[in-house]
Amino acid sequence: MRKLRSSSQRCRFSVSLLLACVSTFAPPAKCLPQPQQANAKEELLTLPGEIGRSGGRLVISLRSEPKTLNPLIAADTPSREVIGAMQADLVHINRATQLTEPALAKSWKISADGLQYTLTLRQGLRFSDGHPLDADDVLFTYRVYLDENVHATQRDLLIVGGKPITVRKIDPQTLVFQFAKPYGVEERLFDGWAILPRHLLEKPYQEGKLGQLWTPSTPPNEWAGLGPFRLKEFVAGQKLVLERNPYYWKTDANGNRLPYLDELIFLFVPSADAQVLRFQSGETDIITRLSADNFSVLSRQQRNFTMADAGPGLEYNFLFFNLNSLGEKSSADFTRKQKWFRDVRFRQAISAAVDRDAIVRLVYQGRGAALWGPVTPGNRRWVNSSIPHPSRSLEHARALLKDAGFSWSSASNGELTLLDPDGKPVEFSILTSSSNADRTKMAALLQDDLKQLGMHVQVVPLEFRSLIDRVTQTKEYDACILGLASFDADPNSDLNVWLSSGGTHLWNPSQSHPSTPWEAEIDRLMEQQLATPGYGQRKKLYDRVQEILAENQPMIFLASPDILVGAKNSIGNIHPAVLEPYVLWNVEQLYLRNGAENAAR
Amino acid sequence: MSQRLKLTKWLVVLVVLHCIVVGAGFFAPYNPVEQDREHPYLPPMRVHLMDAQNHFHLRPFFHPLRLRTGSFDQYEEDTTSAVPLRFFTRGAAYRLLGLVPSRLHLFGSTDARIYLLGSDAYGRDQLSRILYGGQVSLLAGLLGAGVTLFLGALIGMAAGYFGGWRDELLMRVAELFLALPWLYLLFALRAFLPLAVSPIQAFLLVVAVIGMVGWARPARLVRGVVLSVKERDFVRAARGFGGSDIYLLRRHILPETASVLLTQAVILVPQFVLAEMTLSFLGLGVPEPMSSWGNLLASLQQYSVLVSYWWMYLPALAIVPFFLGYLGLASALQQRTSPYKIEEQSGWNPS
Repeated sequence: MRKLRSSSQRCRFSVSLLLACVSTFAPPAKCLPQPQQANAKEELLTLPGEIGRSGGRLVISLRSEPKTLNPLIAADTPSREVIGAMQADLVHINRATQLTEPALAKSWKISADGLQYTLTLRQGLRFSDGHPLDADDVLFTYRVYLDENVHATQRDLLIVGGKPITVRKIDPQTLVFQFAKPYGVEERLFDGWAILPRHLLEKPYQEGKLGQLWTPSTPPNEWAGLGPFRLKEFVAGQKLVLERNPYYWKTDANGNRLPYLDELIFLFVPSADAQVLRFQSGETDIITRLSADNFSVLSRQQRNFTMADAGPGLEYNFLFFNLNSLGEKSSADFTRKQKWFRDVRFRQAISAAVDRDAIVRLVYQGRGAALWGPVTPGNRRWVNSSIPHPSRSLEHARALLKDAGFSWSSASNGELTLLDPDGKPVEFSILTSSSNADRTKMAALLQDDLKQLGMHVQVVPLEFRSLIDRVTQTKEYDACILGLASFDADPNSDLNVWLSSGGTHLWNPSQSHPSTPWEAEIDRLMEQQLATPGYGQRKKLYDRVQEILAENQPMIFLASPDILVGAKNSIGNIHPAVLEPYVLWNVEQLYLRNGAENAAR
Repeated sequence: MSQRLKLTKWLVVLVVLHCIVVGAGFFAPYNPVEQDREHPYLPPMRVHLMDAQNHFHLRPFFHPLRLRTGSFDQYEEDTTSAVPLRFFTRGAAYRLLGLVPSRLHLFGSTDARIYLLGSDAYGRDQLSRILYGGQVSLLAGLLGAGVTLFLGALIGMAAGYFGGWRDELLMRVAELFLALPWLYLLFALRAFLPLAVSPIQAFLLVVAVIGMVGWARPARLVRGVVLSVKERDFVRAARGFGGSDIYLLRRHILPETASVLLTQAVILVPQFVLAEMTLSFLGLGVPEPMSSWGNLLASLQQYSVLVSYWWMYLPALAIVPFFLGYLGLASALQQRTSPYKIEEQSGWNPS
């Protein structure tokens, strides 16, 4: 399934982390059994949770080959998923609790004015090639991310209040991050920034070759990271093999150094159906990003694997209309259509006529949630639960249309036709991505829903790239069904969608001035929450944004699919989360149960 | 005699089949686009004559289906209620042949919906969709064959009759068309056309696209016939009496090509039905919610449908009798016009 990502620069990699809510630290003095020569002092992170068994390998399928292993430029999902298992960040968001936890930084302090963040690194950590990590690596990392010539995909996120953040080193373990303005996301900012090895990358950086570095075919000795696994082998078109990082900085409660697995193998399996077949035949151990149809096929015949429904994820699907100001380019016919689309009552009427329950039932086989706003029930911290959930009402829709000056004429065969205030029939087309069976189905349901209002809708399935081109570049479309999936639960990950200047403000992207008062208000609220510290205040502001969106319906929110995964019973510590990477977020804790336990099942 | 019998037999089969499809409104119990959202992917229902106590009922009845407890997509018969099947009932409005408005259906039920061939992802009746889909597919095949034969006959006659550089040019173009992979040609042609088209436009586009592609083979056949016919004595005589080119072509040459054209037509129709199905299967044919045999099969592109709902294969079976009919007719026609005709009729068998 292809998804339009919420914004291109939002390419977060994710590093596996804690299983439970609270992290505990190993007392620095305690001596841990180590596979390698012991360092003077290693401040390792101890994870609670089931104690596993070392050894074994896990095979997982990826939709395509990762384009790069370079966290600076990775933008595609497979690259992000692989990098997530190979790299680590300073502060990490626990995918299960959706809260931050210490990672490479063992602690952090935010100054009273919210402008200074002091982070303390763990002592004695080493990269996967054995080279020690210190504050200079972090300084180097952020210098590279902020360098305009590197074109790091996430660079925009480090520009706060129009100025890039600055990083200072206090001592080899302590760093100070200075912001120009208070930053609402606080320490969540640090999630997803892979700390890079200066000893390997400084030279190529000075030569300006950083962008071409670390392709998947890089020799393993030219690569180093801080994640649970390190590069072992890459076979183009077939697989990527990662091996256990012996220097990884986490242990389980018994003091065994993580990860448990010796190898992690990513197979490149291009189609969703082929992935299902591989999983069924036992070639792969874990399957994620399952569609509801395939999920029920697998559920029906589960033998040595278990299927799990982790609940609604962050993906929201919606219908939106072309509200761009096209000026002279617009044809008379299209100007007339836009007159309807711009009328909020028209959009509200469509929203009232949509049978969201049917979408959840028929498209997601009940494994999803109906939506009336952009934040899904899966995003527990940010969803505004006071947004009304009106049930489907054709009467209400008709009343709204009548109020907006529309009328109906009935043909001889009893078919109703909705006429606009000028007496022209209401007809428009909806684009969907032809490769996405779910959204094509939604469009077919919508078509039938709207026919009952007398609207004649044509569904046009288009190849995904040309669809995006029409929506964002040529702007030649009436309406379109798309889905967005944020990588983080925080509202900032959707900044590009809600700001009227954003490139993913789909119904009217990249405006120089907000074209409606409510868009202006959303702009103001989003900017305000960006600079407001503290969850409570930000939540209030974002709640208001959700209310405005639900009222004005620039997007008619439809439904959100559940995160559906499957794993072999022999794998321990599987705790699927609704945030990416749904299953691999705690990859260092995954282990293979021993033979006796397998037989017992 | 047996030749004629065979021909009549196949003709009758085809006429009956086509009447069923033409009268889809009457034979189908429901409107093919009507969604029953409570009943997606319902398996085909069984019609009973015997009840649980083994009592015989003159009026056939069926049990509505309900979800098996604890299941999302497995249905079982609700034997507590028996719904009688009614014949010649009034139901959804339709127009026979697109003209005569009617509400009369061959069968149906007043109390519950009956799905003889199951339902699809939106709870639409599969039987109704197959019957209505046949209208689209067969009409596309017939019209496409018509267009092709017209073009083929025209070009073939022009090339054969006028000869010279015209013949060269036309036949080289025909060879080019024969050499082209026609499926990709169809894709390319369809891709040039606008995206959002109404169902009628889409249908006409499909017909035009199919019709334009296949003319080369009939054109070559017709050319061959014309080449030999135009040297025959009666044509020369007619020319000697001052017949114009057009007259000669129309009066003397065209009738001689009839048997070739007829056989070609019968072979081309199923071929073009298949072409329409291919286009629709790949989403380039008539748009949803209209059905054609091709887009009914399109859902089988998903693995989950392929392994879960066997009744979604049924549209593929629907084409079998039609193809048998057309191919049987073609072979009967061929036998009638083939050179062995005389020998067989005279009872002389060379082998």
